[in-house]
Amino acid sequence: MGEPIYWPSFLFLLCSAIACVFAVAVLLATNIVRMAFYLVVSLSATAGLFFLAGADFVGAMQLMIYVGGTLVLLIFGVMLTSQERFVEMKTWSGDWVFAFLIGGMLLMILIPAAFSVPQWSGLDLSEAKSVEVANTATPLGMGLLGARVDQLDGHDPSEPLQPGYLLLFEIASVHLLVVLVGAAYLARAKHKR
Amino acid sequence: MAIFLSNYMWTWLALLVAALVHVVLLLNLVAVSALVFIWLERKISGRIQDRLGPTRVGGKFGWLQTLADGLKLITKEDLMPEGADGMLFRLAPYISFSASLAAFIAIPFAGGAFLLSSTPWAALHVNAGVFFVLAVLGLEVFGTILAGYSSASKWSLFGAMREAAQVVSYEVPLGMCVVVVVLICGSMDLSLIGDRQAGLFTNWLIFHDPFTFVTFWVYFTCATASVNRAPFDLAEAESELVAGFHTEYSGLRWSFFFMAEYGSMLSVSLLASILFMGGWNGPLPIADWIGLTADHGVLAMNAGKLLGLVNLLLKAVVGVSVMIWVRWTFPRLRIDQVITTCLKYCTPIAAVALLGATIWQYQLPGRNFFGLLEVPQAVYELKEGGLGERGLEEEGLEEGPQVVAGPIEKGLTAEIEPTLMGEGT
Repeated sequence: MGEPIYWPSFLFLLCSAIACVFAVAVLLATNIVRMAFYLVVSLSATAGLFFLAGADFVGAMQLMIYVGGTLVLLIFGVMLTSQERFVEMKTWSGDWVFAFLIGGMLLMILIPAAFSVPQWSGLDLSEAKSVEVANTATPLGMGLLGARVDQLDGHDPSEPLQPGYLLLFEIASVHLLVVLVGAAYLARAKHKR
Repeated sequence: MAIFLSNYMWTWLALLVAALVHVVLLLNLVAVSALVFIWLERKISGRIQDRLGPTRVGGKFGWLQTLADGLKLITKEDLMPEGADGMLFRLAPYISFSASLAAFIAIPFAGGAFLLSSTPWAALHVNAGVFFVLAVLGLEVFGTILAGYSSASKWSLFGAMREAAQVVSYEVPLGMCVVVVVLICGSMDLSLIGDRQAGLFTNWLIFHDPFTFVTFWVYFTCATASVNRAPFDLAEAESELVAGFHTEYSGLRWSFFFMAEYGSMLSVSLLASILFMGGWNGPLPIADWIGLTADHGVLAMNAGKLLGLVNLLLKAVVGVSVMIWVRWTFPRLRIDQVITTCLKYCTPIAAVALLGATIWQYQLPGRNFFGLLEVPQAVYELKEGGLGERGLEEEGLEEGPQVVAGPIEKGLTAEIEPTLMGEGT
């Protein structure tokens, strides 16, 4: 049967549209818990993109760390620190201008960067159909231990392999630890003696 | 299945039908099991409290009681308190329920992925299955917290805050317990973890070494905490908080919270039986003895898998029954006691068990049943296959269709003989 639509592309567009729309909704919302909820939807859609790309492990990681952990902590913190019932946040127009300036500058760097890498330029339909989706969990796990098995194919033995992700992983985990300690500090009961 | 169907209809329709079959099967599993478990809960609690429980509806044993409850809930007025955050209030039950349901996507109900060279009976064969299930189960909490926050009631808010405090305490030991199993099996693939325990019950991971034996109980404690069951039902706590996070809910929305709770109870019990209790492998390999394996044709293989499915569901029902038993036996803990239990007792025990299991595995590799028995040879073959379907394809093994689960486009483009059975449970 004919395929008028290439379904992976459709799902990709769907997930990215959800992610983008709800990311904007985070900005426009004034209620802080609704913001958190929109953020959850946006991050979940990003996890959907990872699943679509066949990166089960990274997708589950996204769900676990960002959607699950961080947001539960965020809400936990909000609930324990806020004094009023529904916290409303208003943004000044000056803040909007400032945010657009910085965000726009970042976007101007990121877009050319994304389009300048030839491997990221996208494939034709015929090429895309021939791509084998391999499971990424094992290479990722080896990479986290410092062994880049993904680079072994066609690798020149005289040159050293690129380093693994161990250092980055450690940096991220220390960072998360700092976040946790900070959240505990914010949420702790303030005793007045 | 989508590949098979796409030969006969449009691709989008094939994808839709394949997805719907999986969804309907899983939805029915969750809904029907919730019906059964609610009845079971009433019956067991009645017996524990020296009552009869439901006796009349549906003739004997009151087995239609839950259906009558459901009818009553549907006809109830759907209330929303004034001052509540309407959107979040309406969404919260569905978030809880869909998170609970989503965990079933990656749970295999019968294995043989690598050993029998066929697909496991899972809606989606996720490579990092354990991790995915844990991640999705963690999301259910979000519905609870949103419900508590948006209800504009102090009881609900208290329930939600307790829930948040509980989450940060039980998730740490729960993750550690799962890591022990992942470490022994060398894989996060649930179907591989289950297949590794094929054979006699001595191959079950709970009996692998003393540390896994301890780990199982820690896992079960934390899993009970994760599904908000007594003695960890602090978010509900009807004697203190009216009904906790669902105080303001009524009718069908309220019942969605309950469906989510029973769904998660089933999924953590399924996970417990796959991780520790052999999954779809019974205590005795009866299916092998009477010849229901892949060697005797497709029909025999699927009959064997059906037996495995029954096995797994039976174990899960036993797990849920134990949770019910525990609920009606133990008094509720205080919130500080919950945090103490999880962080001060379960976490160190799980950490010691992790360390111990690592050293045990290092010192006594290839031993099962507390180091007394050799690991069967089949497990090693399993591992070679388990390192990736790529390995099998490269070696030109062609015992059967290797429908590699994962993104569906792979399934649609792979040039493999489509089969009817295997993908759908």
